[in-house]
Amino acid sequence: MSKIAPPIGLLAELTHRCPLQCAYCSNPLNLDRRGVEMSTEQWKSVFTQANDLGVLQLHLSGGEPTARNDLEEIVAHCAGLGLYTNLITSGVLVDDARMKRLFDAGLDHVQLSLQDVDPLNADTIGGLKGGHAKKLALGEAVVKLGLPLTVNAVIHRHNIGSIETMVRLALNMGARRVEIAHVQYYGWALKNRNHLMPTREQAVEADKLVRHLRQELHGQIVIDSVIPDYFARVPKPCMGGWGARVINVTPSGKILPCHAAETIPGLEFWTVKDHSLADIWNASPAFNAYRGLDWMEEPCVSCDKKASCKGGCRCQALALAGRATAADPVCELSPFHGGLEQLAVAATDGPLMPRRITAET
Amino acid sequence: MIAADAKPFLPRGVRLREDKVRSRWVLLAPERIFEIDHIGVEILKRCDGRGINVMVEELSAVFGAAPSDIRGDVESFLKDFAVKGIVSL
Repeated sequence: MSKIAPPIGLLAELTHRCPLQCAYCSNPLNLDRRGVEMSTEQWKSVFTQANDLGVLQLHLSGGEPTARNDLEEIVAHCAGLGLYTNLITSGVLVDDARMKRLFDAGLDHVQLSLQDVDPLNADTIGGLKGGHAKKLALGEAVVKLGLPLTVNAVIHRHNIGSIETMVRLALNMGARRVEIAHVQYYGWALKNRNHLMPTREQAVEADKLVRHLRQELHGQIVIDSVIPDYFARVPKPCMGGWGARVINVTPSGKILPCHAAETIPGLEFWTVKDHSLADIWNASPAFNAYRGLDWMEEPCVSCDKKASCKGGCRCQALALAGRATAADPVCELSPFHGGLEQLAVAATDGPLMPRRITAET
Repeated sequence: MIAADAKPFLPRGVRLREDKVRSRWVLLAPERIFEIDHIGVEILKRCDGRGINVMVEELSAVFGAAPSDIRGDVESFLKDFAVKGIVSL
């Protein structure tokens, strides 16, 4: 076997704790409790090992990463190593003074999520009264400090009509990038899929609108967006390929090829408490399970696009086709592609189930 | 065009670093990574606010070329990155 290329990025789920209750939460049904979270020193060791392994960019995520009061110390450690730190936050726990401390610690970039432009609807979706106002305040603090800001606009059936106003809000906030992030149906979000999924007309309209806005706002703000999965015909090369570019670390130190990987039964995941990060990347069964192209079935095996799409997403293949080795049903060559269309058509207006800590509520 | 007295610098959120594992230099920016060749590295290392004139003078010594011969290349390199928001002028 040829030498395994090292990872370029690492997504650190510093904690699963979160003050919001978004119905589209893509974290697993059962979350890590505070008591099992890694200590500051354990996290620092993970980042030192990641740097040695070849990781260049860190995404500090959660849950809500700012729920950890050692975040400044973690950021300073990473900046000292030369790692690029990106804070992925809901923004509701960070005041100006804390943001300044994170800036001083060497933070490089902030990615702030927004639920809507209308404060009332935004707070209803996030499940926290006053949350939207706090997000706007954080965005202002970030821009004032001179840090680059990306707005992550999470889009679904209940706010897909707000795309244009959300992009303009991001522009007014001084963001340099905005992500139109259509909800992906993993973890808790899968429970709400039927009421989160937009109609086909809405999805097509949204795509047209984004193209138009990109043209109009060229040079002012970068708009990143992809067609929502269930309406696409070509799958995305999930994570840039399994075990190819990115490492995901859970709060308790389990190392995953992607943050939904634990939904796949039979995979053996290793933790940084038992193994070095390098060993896990190179030799753990879970990382090698779908590395490269050899694990594929038809129609992927004989497809000339397999090197670019990498077969799509393993977790979605499992969830929709029943086998993690199947083609991602987003692909129109998948025998399960028609089922996606049916799911999309069947989606209806209805109430969403807010995120709870565990599945048993 | 770049002003004659421009003072290029790397804004907050952009980092130039050696990628020892892959034996190369990279410029890290929000959600992006650029691989930089050795000439680019010498230019970017001097994006420190001292100004384009000092930069060109030093580079001419490093590469053994007349300042007038390299200034155009340096400017177009900087302009490409400035458009992307990666270098501030």
